[in-house]
Amino acid sequence: MALLEIRNLKKHFPVGGGFLGRGAETVKAVDGVTLSVEDGETLGLVGESGCGKSTLGRCIIRLIEPSDGQIVFDGQDVTALDADDMRVLRRRMQIIFQDPYASLNPRMRVGEIVGEGMQIHKLAKGGELRDRVMQLLARVGLREEHFDRYPHEFSGGQRQRIGVARALAVNAQFIVADEAVSALDVSIQAQILNLLQDLQEEFKLTYFFISHDLRVVEHISDRVAVMYLGKLVEIAPAEAIYANAQHPYTRALLSAAPLPDPSRKTERMVLQGDVPSPINPPSGCSFHPRCPFAEKICSEVEPALVRDGDHSVACHVFGPGATVGRAAETV
Amino acid sequence: MSDGVQRRFLGMRITPLTERRLRSFRANSRGFWSLWIFLAVFVLSLFAEFIANDRPLLVSYEGELYYPALFTYPETAFGGVFQTEAEYREPEVQELITSKGGWMVWPPLRYSYGTVNLSLNQPAPSAPSAENLLGTDDQARDVLARVIYGFRISVLFGLTLTILSSVVGVAAGAVQGYFGGWTDLLFQRFMEIWSGMPRLFLLIILASMFIPSFWMLLGLLLLFEWMSLVGVVRAEFLRTRNFDYVRAARALGVNNVTIMRRHVLPNAMTAALTMLPFVLIGSITALTSLDFLGFGLPPGSPSLGELLAQGKANLQAPWLGITSFMVLAVMLSLLIFIGEAFRDAFDPRKTQM
Repeated sequence: MALLEIRNLKKHFPVGGGFLGRGAETVKAVDGVTLSVEDGETLGLVGESGCGKSTLGRCIIRLIEPSDGQIVFDGQDVTALDADDMRVLRRRMQIIFQDPYASLNPRMRVGEIVGEGMQIHKLAKGGELRDRVMQLLARVGLREEHFDRYPHEFSGGQRQRIGVARALAVNAQFIVADEAVSALDVSIQAQILNLLQDLQEEFKLTYFFISHDLRVVEHISDRVAVMYLGKLVEIAPAEAIYANAQHPYTRALLSAAPLPDPSRKTERMVLQGDVPSPINPPSGCSFHPRCPFAEKICSEVEPALVRDGDHSVACHVFGPGATVGRAAETV
Repeated sequence: MSDGVQRRFLGMRITPLTERRLRSFRANSRGFWSLWIFLAVFVLSLFAEFIANDRPLLVSYEGELYYPALFTYPETAFGGVFQTEAEYREPEVQELITSKGGWMVWPPLRYSYGTVNLSLNQPAPSAPSAENLLGTDDQARDVLARVIYGFRISVLFGLTLTILSSVVGVAAGAVQGYFGGWTDLLFQRFMEIWSGMPRLFLLIILASMFIPSFWMLLGLLLLFEWMSLVGVVRAEFLRTRNFDYVRAARALGVNNVTIMRRHVLPNAMTAALTMLPFVLIGSITALTSLDFLGFGLPPGSPSLGELLAQGKANLQAPWLGITSFMVLAVMLSLLIFIGEAFRDAFDPRKTQM
């Protein structure tokens, strides 16, 4: 059974609007996402900025209350839990933030930051707490004398290690990594990614890895989900996404990613126009105004996410759900 | 950048940031010296009973020691006839004590704030003389003694009002800023209405119904004074509640009260602390103006505002007006200098992390 199942999750933010919220429009940040994360796997979630990746991640651990839909974590419906049960569950789901400078309280010592979760959940106290924090610091590659220092005395990579230690302190099994390495130098990114992978093996962790960087996601993920304007457009095992992308948007993303091999020429697929406003998404397939393969049906009917084995695509033209055009040639 | 060595200040562990602020405060010599002068005067005034009193500090009578400044002794204790408390300033009482080889240690000023100088050789208010250094007021009470006690009560009142109103104001601002939304909206509208109340008239009406005591006056002023800090604290909470480290704490399951106290309040306190000296100034001025109008502390209390009113009513006795003006001006200037140095030391642009 999947560790996490998201069913038709929606998060709509009201914007503008008059007195008492009348006449307000809504931003459909997450608009009907259904996916599942298996125990021990890493699911990568990619998409442009503003497509709702972070909102989805935050909804899962209920930092944001979803507007609609269900989140089932290990058989429990997270959205239906009251505050007390939620607090218990929070031990098992944690988050690592993007900006290592904003995610650590500048007035707290590293020991206090990492130990806070243990203290809140009464996992340890006093000398035992100190010992366990020390162990954790050592485990994420920091030294014991860092215990009494303040966050500003560390580099970005070290700060991110503190953030990882904080998430691990409560023995979390499921970690949402929200652009966890995006703010770091490439060399430091690799270190943190390797640390995350080592920790995954050691503690049997499950990652929900949000990133806009396809190469990072390729490196760490078992499966990759691609998101566009609040909806999933494609989800498949990592190799399948990179070798055999179906959805035109996924292909456009892949062709935009730089390759380390200058001799390999790829055809660049440059998208026209900007991401449409999530307040007023286009009719039918929300990607159709920018899609070079769009047919008439694309602007009329919203494509469903159709599954073929472990590869799901939401497209009228390509993939298992294709009904028109070049479907036959590409599958 | 600290090299891992913890600095200490007054025995407490301090952060490098605090250390920088202390250094910055010290570097502002005007504010730094103002703080020391103000503290020295304030601490001295706390011992006003030992500086200006109409009872001796120590009396030796028939080999026994008495402490009239602290305890009450009847005149009969010194061989007098009255059962009431000894009037140590009376020549007869002094005679009784010294005649049997006793002696008395007087404070430097032999007047308390309520002591009437009965041996004036000119009508009150009398001009400064060797006996009354700053003259007497219109009830023949020593002005210097009244100023010492008046300073003390002003500062104590101001400090108490400042502390209480910051506690209430910070709590109110924190709740509004942290929860935002409807809580914030309703609370803000309430405050707009509340701050629109004519506070001076309300105080005057209430003061005419009851004779306000120190604590009651404090409560009345607190009804309005608490709003001065709400704005800054609310703004800081609104800003900080969306920081990632607050989100992280929420994700850890830390409850709201703890998040507010541990993660948000320390940031908001910087802004609030910077305003505290100015709130103190406002509180002292509020009390003085009420006293000036005659709606302040009970009649007879030593008060700078009341002295100011006497100065206005007795323009032929300029020592009243000049004294009260000088005391107020110097006290408020010192506090302004301290406040400015405080504000600069906490300025994030100067002492950035």
